[in-house]
Amino acid sequence: MSEVLARTPLYEEHVALGGRMVPFAGYEMPVQYEGIKAEHEAVRSSAGVFDVCHMSEFRVFGFGAFDYLQALLTNDLSRIAEVGSAQYTLMCDEDGGIIDDLIVYHTGDLEYLIIANAANRETDLEWMRAHCPEGVTVSGSTEPEQRADSGIVELVDESDRTGLIAVQGPRALGVITDLAGEGFEPPRRFHIAEARLDGTPVLLAATGYTGEDGVEILCHASHAAGIWRALLSFAEVTPCGLGARDTLRLEMGYHLYGSDMDRGVDPISAGLGWVVPQKGTPFIGSEAIARIRAAGPAVRLVGIVVEDGIPRPDFPVLRDGEEVGKVASGTFSPSLGIGIATAYLPVSLAEPGTELEVVIRRKTSRARVERPPFVKSTSLS
Amino acid sequence: MYPSDLKYDKEHEWVRMEGDVATIGISHFAQHQLGEVVYVDLPSEGDSVNAGEAFGEIESVKSVSELYSPADGEIIKVNSALSDAPETVNEDPYGEGWMIQIKLADPAQLDGLLSAEEYEAFVSEEA
Repeated sequence: MSEVLARTPLYEEHVALGGRMVPFAGYEMPVQYEGIKAEHEAVRSSAGVFDVCHMSEFRVFGFGAFDYLQALLTNDLSRIAEVGSAQYTLMCDEDGGIIDDLIVYHTGDLEYLIIANAANRETDLEWMRAHCPEGVTVSGSTEPEQRADSGIVELVDESDRTGLIAVQGPRALGVITDLAGEGFEPPRRFHIAEARLDGTPVLLAATGYTGEDGVEILCHASHAAGIWRALLSFAEVTPCGLGARDTLRLEMGYHLYGSDMDRGVDPISAGLGWVVPQKGTPFIGSEAIARIRAAGPAVRLVGIVVEDGIPRPDFPVLRDGEEVGKVASGTFSPSLGIGIATAYLPVSLAEPGTELEVVIRRKTSRARVERPPFVKSTSLS
Repeated sequence: MYPSDLKYDKEHEWVRMEGDVATIGISHFAQHQLGEVVYVDLPSEGDSVNAGEAFGEIESVKSVSELYSPADGEIIKVNSALSDAPETVNEDPYGEGWMIQIKLADPAQLDGLLSAEEYEAFVSEEA
């Protein structure tokens, strides 16, 4: 079966830079340029840029926007009452199964921006359209003549017209400040603000997936290549592919949808109870999650460090010779020089320091549970 | 990129023959395809290897490749420096990045290997 792959507005840039293109979430994306290790180290020590235009962007606005999202997402939206603030959150089904993990930005009065996983775009939209609470209708129309008929919430899929470029690393904000010009103040962590980079209007979100300081730049898709080039004109900035994105996020213990969680997993087992407040208004899945929290989950996602070799997804995890789980995410940590992984294990084995083994093809390597982040010190810590 | 004093196989190993001793490593093409090598798993001295069988593994951040022996023999030397400096495989694949040395059971097994010219033609088709 051959899949027709989409291209981001930066496709030509990747090819010109010698990026090695691979299929990812329905897109042709660069997995690396010069090399994953070098790109990884550039982000930890200087700055790297990532094409994340494939991610999904949804806008929700209208008088019903708050109530709608509060009933749909696990985190308490009233925590980002201040315009410009943002939060990490989950969208779950009635059983507490995770449909997607997202960041919600409170972009304006009655307005929210959601950034979601690329692969979940259609699933999310379908769920969001199908699960509007009573008294709220959802429409995606931006045609003026239909506006009067539309509901008190509008949901617009802006993924195709939105470019998204992540700039991450201890020197990222210096580069952004240079491009933004005089009087620029970068947004605080987990905040979003309008800015101009080299004259181009953008939104700067002080969020990221690397554990380093930096921003994610939202722009019109047609402006993405110009901003990308402007960023790369700085000697301290290295183009980085999906390979480095994965090693950087796993070193921080950040979850990857599809590897560390999916519809079959609830937030408590996934170690994401912190984005599901215990008190608050009900949302889809709140009752199921409360029951799991009260009873205690059977398994839990834990971090694992491996003594010898590189753990890869699906490798068996053993305790006293008996299989107790499988690797969820696993890779080589360029910062630490060792293999790191996550796995769902019985809660009795979730304590840091617990001795384990990971079967790496013909060999068995000693391993132990460690509480992420695996890399303890970054420009954000 | 492909020294002419070496022989190559289609699994992208190179072989340097000196009497009945063969030194084995991976080609420039192989190290480039793999990317930065971060882990090399080699057998022990004294182990025996068989033609066409995997004797070890080499990994980059993203991928794993098995290492194949082009002939039967006994391992007489292993490049143990690679476990601390796996990147040597990228930096000097035909020199310091060698992997094992074997005492060949039957040197004639290597007759079918490719010359540098033949190997270069082979990889240009694969690339």
